[in-house]
Amino acid sequence: MSQTMDPNNMPFLSEASVSVEIETEDMTLNIGPQHPSTHGVLRLVAKVNGEKISSVEPVLGYMHRGYEKLAEVRTYPQVTTLVNRIDWVSGFANEIPFIAGAEKLMEIEVPERAQYIRLILTEMARISSHFVFNGAFPLEIGALTPIFLAMEDRERVLDLLESVTGGRFHPNFNRIGGVKPVAGAGPTTKKDIQDLPAGFYHDTKVAMEKVLKAVDTFEDLIGGNEVFQARTKKVGVLTKEVAEEYGVSGPILRASGVEFDLRKQSDYLPYDKFDFEIPIGENGDCFDRWSVRTSEMRESAKIILQAIEDMPSGPIQAKVPKVIKVPKGQTYVRAENPKGEMGYYIISEGGLGPYRLKIRTASFSNISILPIMLEGALLPDLIAIMGSLDFVLGDVDR
Amino acid sequence: MSFSSELLIKVLVVLATAPVMALGLTLLEVKGSAWMQRRPGPLHVGLRGFIFPLATAAKYFQKETIIPKDVDEPVFKWAPAWVIAAVVGLFTIIPLSPTLIVRDLELGVFFLLAISSISTIGVLTAGWSSANKFSLMGGLRAAGQLIAYELPLILSVVGVVIQAETMSTVGIVEKQIEFGFPFVIAGQGIAFIIFMIAATAEMMRTPFDMPIGESELTMGFMTEYSGIRFLIFYISEYINLFVMCAIASTLFLGGYHIPLLPTEWVNFYGPLVLIGKTFTLAFLLIAIRWSFPRFREDQLQTLAWKVLIPLSLLNIMVTAIMKVVF
Repeated sequence: MSQTMDPNNMPFLSEASVSVEIETEDMTLNIGPQHPSTHGVLRLVAKVNGEKISSVEPVLGYMHRGYEKLAEVRTYPQVTTLVNRIDWVSGFANEIPFIAGAEKLMEIEVPERAQYIRLILTEMARISSHFVFNGAFPLEIGALTPIFLAMEDRERVLDLLESVTGGRFHPNFNRIGGVKPVAGAGPTTKKDIQDLPAGFYHDTKVAMEKVLKAVDTFEDLIGGNEVFQARTKKVGVLTKEVAEEYGVSGPILRASGVEFDLRKQSDYLPYDKFDFEIPIGENGDCFDRWSVRTSEMRESAKIILQAIEDMPSGPIQAKVPKVIKVPKGQTYVRAENPKGEMGYYIISEGGLGPYRLKIRTASFSNISILPIMLEGALLPDLIAIMGSLDFVLGDVDR
Repeated sequence: MSFSSELLIKVLVVLATAPVMALGLTLLEVKGSAWMQRRPGPLHVGLRGFIFPLATAAKYFQKETIIPKDVDEPVFKWAPAWVIAAVVGLFTIIPLSPTLIVRDLELGVFFLLAISSISTIGVLTAGWSSANKFSLMGGLRAAGQLIAYELPLILSVVGVVIQAETMSTVGIVEKQIEFGFPFVIAGQGIAFIIFMIAATAEMMRTPFDMPIGESELTMGFMTEYSGIRFLIFYISEYINLFVMCAIASTLFLGGYHIPLLPTEWVNFYGPLVLIGKTFTLAFLLIAIRWSFPRFREDQLQTLAWKVLIPLSLLNIMVTAIMKVVF
């Protein structure tokens, strides 16, 4: 703050009406890369006038790991190891569009059982991702308890994922033409490969019942909390038009009232066989974004319960050549990931690995609305808005 | 006993009691939050979790005290002292029994409100001298908040003072004994709720913890503090919790008195009764802390100026009218 005074007016004691002009400057507040609420290493250069934000510029790239380039020197089966780590909160879901793209180029028909296993595990990844959101978002607003409840409930889902894939966060489970056979199934037992662990049916059923119960708890504990409502309702309103213009996807887009879900609109996994609803928000504020995700957990649990009931039997792997070479061509496959639309543009020159891979991640497009939403917001609202966008820095920077 | 030796003993007793109460409340908070959050750790680690507060304190003692380059060093170093001095000073007027009190001041309640404001200076200077923008915002938020909530705190107590016709804390308790009911039942229920809300805001506890706001301001005015100076802030937070709850139980819940117990034994059970009431109230605040998110700065000010202050003024009016009528 600087004061400018006219020296001619200095004997101000004699005059009652001296106008002293006070010029105020906005303070530049550097939020991040190290900050508890930036989900990793996002940096926001905010110009603040007291508590009010006049402009925000997100600075990305602190976590750029060059996966698109790395994929060019890897074979197709090796790339899944990389894409696991893009959005590490839902590692399994990242593999699906890439594998589906490669299969599309190779024109492989994936066995139905493998499709079902993929679908179940993708939905589990969605549930675990939304559990993290349900813990982290209230934590950023200041409620310290939900994160512990969410983590405990998420652990059950992760245990299931681990029991099938062997990995909690980075399963690396999909193979071109199917899914990985269970570890230890050697050549002698190849005939009767066991794909899902014993007791998976029962454990999943129990876990999903618990998930449904947890969703009820969250809707009561978080959604029913007056302070939470005061902090999130009518805060960070994103209109339908702006959301569509900026390529926002996933729960954020649906919270703004756009009914767009690739699980219904695309056929990368057999979602059309199940009965589930797409939760839609009305106002597009932070509360709607929270409630859309939380309702989505319930729908995901419903899908899983249906899928384990009518799980088809049969092979889990299509016939593929020993050395996987993808024929020349290009394709774009997109999927509805927990954070939004994730797509892989694969260009193949007929080699062992992709010639060029472009990854479209949900979080990157989603945080592009930050400068618009944060203009004129208060500093505490910045935290609430960022939390409600639910991005992962690995998903932003790749 | 001479005045100076008496004073020395009293000061030593207070200085010994305050950290013990802070440790007890830390334990209550740790265990209470673990119970609410289904965390098994605090029930098992270190003698079933009972040496946890001591371990925490010991940890801060051995940590390096970092003083950043650009801070205003003397101000930065003295800021925690202001805060802890203010909260320990309040022990003066907490009556453990009619005689077990450091000094039964005529203007006890006035003293309470005057001294408790001093911590604002410590918080504001801590935020200013840290040479950190987050600390500065935390300090300014704290100043705004403490000024706004000082008023409902004072005004809610005025009702009690009118009803008790005295400002001495012992006198207020004696009046409640004479009356037969604690003031929270006998007419000052709304004042009690206002007092507890304002006290929570004064203590900067959730849902009014914007000056600290870990997820927003990374710890507010305490961001740059480390080691023993951070410990002083930390301990004074819990001493403040104890003091505020003790004063609330004195003013509204009958203090050291409990019905049916012989009054001649009050010097023995009085302290226990007061500490029991205090810890019960503290547990209430702990439960609130672990279940609510924090308000926004403007919502906090709205609550103070548009709800709490008019309500407490109304309370004073009603109390005064009742006093004149009966």
